[in-house]
This record gives sequence, C-alpha cells and structure tokens, in this order.
Amino acid sequence: MNKLKKGVMARLLDYIAGRHKREFTVVIACILLSGVAGMAGNIFMQVIIDDYILKMVKTGEDLFGGLLAVLLIMGAVYLIGALGTLFYNRTIGVIGQKVLKEIRDDLFVKMQKLPISFFDSHTNGDIMSVYTNDTDTLRQFIVQSLPMMVSSFVTIIFSFCVMLHYSLPLTGIVLLVTVIMLIVAKCMVSYSGRYFKRQQDSMGKVNGYIEEMFGGLKVIKVFCHGRAAVDDFKKINEELYDNALRAGGASNIMMPVMAGFGNLEYLLAAVAGGAMALFGDGMFSTTIGTLISFLGLIRQFSNSITQSAQQMNSAIMGFAGASRIFALMDNEPEADEGFVTLVHAKEENGLIREDAAGNIYAWKYPHEDGSVTYTKVEGNVVFDHVDFSYDGKNTILHDISLYAKPGQKIAFVGATGAGKTTITNLINRFYDIADGKIRYDGININKIRKPDLRRSMSLILQDVNLFTGTILDNIRYGRLDATDEECIEAAKLAGADSFITRLPEGYYTVINGDENNLSQGQCQLISIARAAVADPPVMIMDEATSSIDTRTEAIVQAGMDRLMEGRTVFVIAHRLSTVRNSKAIMVLDHGRIIERGSHEQLIEEKGQYYQLYTGAFELE
Amino acid sequence: MAWSTVPPAEVPDIEDSKVNIDSVADGDIVFENVSFSYAGDPDKLCLTGIDLHIRSGETIGIIGGTGSGKTSLVQLIPRLYDATLGRVLVGGRDVRDYELDTLRNAVAVVLQKNVLFQGTIKENLRWGDENATDEELVEVCKLAQADPFISTFPDGYDTFIEQGGTNVSGGQKQRLCIARALLKKPKILILDDSTSAVDTRTDALIREGLKTYIPSTTKIIIAQRISSVQDADRIIVMDGGRIDAVGTHEELLKNNAIYREVYDSQQKGGNEDEQA
Repeated sequence: MNKLKKGVMARLLDYIAGRHKREFTVVIACILLSGVAGMAGNIFMQVIIDDYILKMVKTGEDLFGGLLAVLLIMGAVYLIGALGTLFYNRTIGVIGQKVLKEIRDDLFVKMQKLPISFFDSHTNGDIMSVYTNDTDTLRQFIVQSLPMMVSSFVTIIFSFCVMLHYSLPLTGIVLLVTVIMLIVAKCMVSYSGRYFKRQQDSMGKVNGYIEEMFGGLKVIKVFCHGRAAVDDFKKINEELYDNALRAGGASNIMMPVMAGFGNLEYLLAAVAGGAMALFGDGMFSTTIGTLISFLGLIRQFSNSITQSAQQMNSAIMGFAGASRIFALMDNEPEADEGFVTLVHAKEENGLIREDAAGNIYAWKYPHEDGSVTYTKVEGNVVFDHVDFSYDGKNTILHDISLYAKPGQKIAFVGATGAGKTTITNLINRFYDIADGKIRYDGININKIRKPDLRRSMSLILQDVNLFTGTILDNIRYGRLDATDEECIEAAKLAGADSFITRLPEGYYTVINGDENNLSQGQCQLISIARAAVADPPVMIMDEATSSIDTRTEAIVQAGMDRLMEGRTVFVIAHRLSTVRNSKAIMVLDHGRIIERGSHEQLIEEKGQYYQLYTGAFELE
Repeated sequence: MAWSTVPPAEVPDIEDSKVNIDSVADGDIVFENVSFSYAGDPDKLCLTGIDLHIRSGETIGIIGGTGSGKTSLVQLIPRLYDATLGRVLVGGRDVRDYELDTLRNAVAVVLQKNVLFQGTIKENLRWGDENATDEELVEVCKLAQADPFISTFPDGYDTFIEQGGTNVSGGQKQRLCIARALLKKPKILILDDSTSAVDTRTDALIREGLKTYIPSTTKIIIAQRISSVQDADRIIVMDGGRIDAVGTHEELLKNNAIYREVYDSQQKGGNEDEQA
C-alpha cells in the first residue's frame, strides 16, 4: 500500500513537475515569494512600532520621514506578495489543465492497447468514471490543494523560525497548543476521510443504478416496476446523502474548531507576551513591537495549519483518484510477441519479393539467421487440436481440429452457447488458445503481429457499429488509404450503392453514431462495404443477417455472396439457408465438433444437423 | 402576443386515467382507425389507419420488414405510447381508461431489446411476480426452455446476472425474459422478435409450451422467421405502417405477395428449411 502510494506520488509529480519544469519552477518561486512577503510584513510591524512609533511617543522626535519610507517599503513588499499569489494561482491552473489533458490522452491511448478480456471484466461505467470523476478529484488536488499546502508549508516554516527568533517562551506556548491542534485535526480528518471514501463509493452506486435503470426504461414500464425502482433508488440515494452529510459535516466543523484553537493560541500568547513586556526580563522580556509582530505571526501560523488540515481530504481523494488512474494505465497491454508482418508484395517467376506497389500481400517472416521468407497471403486456416478456456478453469472448446483452404466457406452451426463465436474469436486472437495450434498460411498465428493478423481478415457482426461521420468515412474505416473511388466501388460490390445514391446527400450523408435514419439492413450493407474495401483474404461473419428481415436479407446476402467470392469465409448463422452452400459445415455442441461435412453428407448422416435442418424432432 | 409561443409546463405524456377500473376483463384487443407518429406529427406517421380486432385467446403472428411498424403497433397496447389518431381498446375498454399499472400488469411484453438487471436469476424473474414461489419460477423457466441451461450453472437459479446481462448469451437472455413475462400470468403476451437468437427447435418448443400453458391468453408473436408464426390463428402482414393482409399461413401463401416472397426467400435454402 505504502509502496503503491509512493509510486503514485512520484508519477503524479512527474506529470505535474517533471513535464512542466518551467511553469512549475515559476509556481514554486512565486509561492516562496508570496510566503516570504507575508512574513516580512509582520517583521516590519515590529520595526515600525519599536523604532518609530514608540520612539516618537517617548522622545517626541520627528521620525515621520523614516516612518513613511518604511511604510512604502512595506507596501511594496505586500504588493509583490499579492502579485506572486496571483501569478502562481494562474500558472498552477494552467498546469492542472495540461496535466489532465495529458492524463486523458494517455488513458485513451492505453485503452486501445488493452485486451478484450479487460473490457469483459470491467463495466463501461467503471472505466468512464476514471475519465470523469477521478480526473476531476485530481484537478481539485492540483489546482487547489497542492498550491495551498505548499504555501501553508512555507508560511509555517518561516513564521516558526521568526517566532523562535523573537521569543523562545512564547514559541513554546504556541508549540504546545499546536500539538493539541494537530492531534484533533488528525482525528477529524480520518473521520471525515472515511466518509469521503464512502461518499465516493455511494456516488458510484447511484451512478451505476441510474445507468442501469436508464437502459432498462421500457422493461421497467412494461413490468410496472417504477415504484420498486424508486424505492431501491431512494435507499442508495439515502446512503449517499448520509455519507456526504457526515463527510461534509466533519470537514465543515473543522474550520471553526481549528479557528478556535488559533484564537486560544493567540489569547495565551497575548496574555503571556503582555506580562513579559511589562514585567519580564532577560530571556523572558519582549518589546511591544515584537509582541505585536509575534501575534501577527501566530495568526498566519495557525491559519496555515488550519488550511493544510482542510486540504487533507481533498488531497487524499485526489490521491485515490490518481491511484485509480494509474491502476488503469498499469493494466497489462494486449501481449503481442508476433514478428511476422503483412507486406505488399509482387510475384515474379514464382518468386515473391516485397514491393510497396505490389498487388498481392505476403507474410514477411524474418528468421534468426537474418534471412527473410515471404509467403503469399492466401487465407489457409488450420486448427490443430485446439482447446480453449476463458478463465483457465472451465474448458469452453475441446479438441477442435479443422481446416479451411483458400476460397472455401466454412460454416458453424449449433445451439447458443455451443462455442461458435468463441472459435472465430480465436482466429483473430481476441483470446489466446490454451492448447493446440492455429496456423494461417502455414504460420502459427502466435508468430504473426496482431495488427497485421487482424488487417488480413474482416469481421462482420450482427450488431453494426457505425461511427459519427459521413457514409464515405465509414466505408473507408476498412482501409484508411482507400480513395473515394475505391470506397464507392466497394459499396457497389456490397449492393449498398443503390440506396446510398438515393439519399439526398449520397455518400456524404452524415451518420450520427446510433441515431441515424438508416435501417438495420442498410447499416449492415455499409459494414459489408467497409469489409469489401479492406479486401482481406479471410472473412468472418457472425450472425451478420439474423436481425435483418428476410426480404432485406436477400439483398444483403447477394452483396455478401459477391464479397465472399475467392475468400476464405467463416460463417455463423442460425438460418440454415445461409450455411447450406458451404464447403463444410461444423455442427458444434458444448464446445465440441459433433458432426462435420457438406450439407448433403450431413443430411445423409441423419444426425443433429439433419434434425436442425428438417425439424424432424419430437416435441415433448 | 409574443409569449403565446411559450410551451405549456412540462406534463408527462402518458397520464394515469382518472376513471378507476381495477381489472382488465380479457385479452380482447381492438384497433380503431389508429394512426401513430412518434413525434405526434400527423405528417410523419409510422402507422396509418389500422383497423384490427384480435379476439381473446387468439394467437396472432406479425410479419413485416424492418421499419414496417410491427413494434410500433404492439407498443400501443400497454400504452408505451398513445395512438396519435383513433383509439386502442383492451378488454372492451379504451386503454386510456385504465390505470397504467392495471393495464400493464395484464399485458406482458418481451421487448426486442431485452434487458436483465444486476441481481440473481431469481430476482430478475420475480420482476414478473414478486410473490412467486420457487416452484413457479422453475415452471415458467421450463416453459421458456430456460431451465435446462440454468440447471447447468453451478449456482442454478441463484446465479448472479451482471449489469446488462453480459454473462449470459443472447439466446439465454431471451429465454429468461420470456420466463419473466410468463410469470405475470398476463391476459395478453407480446413477443417482439424475442426468439431471434434462439434456435428453431427451441423456438418451436417455447411456442408449444405457450399453447398448452396459457391457452386463454392472447398471444402476439412478432418474428422474422415464417416458422415462428405459421401455426398462428391469424398472421398479420405489415408493410410501410399499414396492414397489408391478415390471414392464415395457407391463405396468405395463396393471396399475399409479400408473405409469399418472405416465405420463398426463407425456403431458398431447401424445401424443408426451418419447417420446425
């Protein structure tokens, strides 16, 4: 725990100070300046009173000229201090925003590198709150608490030294009260800190509940569950209220309690100091001017302690936020030990060589001895006794062996949960297999760099994700360097061109994420065009047409059939009409291939497939 | 006057009725010249001139392309939205005459976008009836063909469902949602494309179960697959927000072009395809 905290502090400092050395130096310098200036003002008080006012009262001497000079200097010092305060507040604000921007950037970059399994085990709300809540507590810490605490620290040290210099016994009194003050503060901070932590947790719960109920709005209505939902919400909202009240309450009484101690300190020092000025001698004597200065210093001293105590909670919360931010950043990125890359190539006289302008793709396999082998990318996929488990305990796929030759269409059928989607997730290495081997054009896919592996295949899913932008942009998502003509060509191949050109803005129609006026079928057509422009040798279609009505499916299917030509295709579908013309059909059951063969063979066998296909089963 | 354009104070769209009727007589549904627009704008209708009488206890299939108005039509029954023009009657009374809870307790809808909530399977199912016994839960799950997979979970009916139901598959989620709806013992059961991720065989088993378990309940089944609706008493073919035809499977095959087209496209794979 302590070790982690230290790490967090060091990393936070790197973000704040390390990356903004110049600004941060200015901030520290200005804080020092304003601290010293505040102190100096008090010291001047002693000079003014002892050397001028009291002297003038006693002797009647005219020292107004000197007094004015000292007052002017004092004014200048205060002005410099005020300017320093202004400047560091402004600068730290800028640093704060810069740090937040960098942290958000780093988080987002990191997020793209995390494996799918990470997102399986973290809810969206969880991750979002790191971007919003945690960065916000951090901002408060950097912009508000950090400068206040540094400046308080400076004031505390300086004023303490000056007080020591003025009077040892009076400083002793101050020290005594301060120790009590610190003990009380510590108790209060830890009490309110506990509730601040609980407040954050309840806040998370409330947010999570709202998010969930929002998503299930219609279900709540059709089940008349509104009242029950309100009751549940009231319960957790009450909890939040309670914790917030306690946390806020404790931190709100902190100020008056601390101020009370400050006053006590002031009072004790004033009484003792007054007595010393009147009757004391030697070490126990003091002048009126020194006493007034001293009392001013006590004010600054106790105010600074109160302020730091006040900022403790926000510092703790900022730290907790930073810990969560760094914890997210520290997640293991998706491992990629692959070294085989995908390159453009040219084939001449049976020899393949790398050529950026080449019309084929090749796998570039660098060997240990420095030589390089090029293999043409064809889409030959082989599963060799593959086992798989999501958690290392429950095996989901058992001993899967299959091959798909270039240009073949392989279909997976079976009940939900049989493992169809899991198999396809292994081909593009969303997950890694536990045992066995998967080969792609004869190369173990573990040796292929993941981005290159995924670039060589397209995945078309049931739920289409289109991004905000024009239709053309969305198609180009398949291959970023595709020209407009290539995108339109792909749309024509997919059968999407006819509906796109009928839209008022054609290919430049802007799609807004989920809220667009396109039908599901049209979205799917765009996603097929997107795959077509990528032009990969391997395609995976996971229930690509199951949420489209059958009339639209006929159009989509035609587009897909054109796209599938000459490619290795893995198809998952419930509609047997979609899989019928496959080269081979794998019937899966509980993670095992229980039947395999062509449609005709499987019908002949009269097994599971035959039952599924003909509906020749007994109803209970 | 300038301020006459100020909109009236926000009022809930769907307001509870003043008349107090505490039960729905039966599952009889009437659409009387109903038109509907989500925006309440008569120029942007997504349902136009619907006239339809569904008798209590009937099984009705609805077929139609995306955007043809199937979901909009059934959402008017539990008053998720109100008809823009015309009126909808349930159990012989205008739906607006019922208290919302009364109406919605009598109408169970399994939505296209199924949602499960954080909590155990039992807790989720009890949304349908909070006083249901464990035996009743198992019974509806058997009917919805959910019991077999629930029993394979180590924690059975106490298995915890993550937010959004991410730890069960699409087909499993659909079956749980059907079970949840059955637990309400509704007068009207609406399945809005609720078995799309369930294989044909299980789909058939579910429909068979409904027939025997709740014979007097009006059942409305929206589906893409002809096989899911072909044994319904009547099938409604929707197209562009209108009812294109109503009839039995045989009648529609004979007389309705859209229905035949859908049927043919699903048969393309083979003569016996998806006859289950």
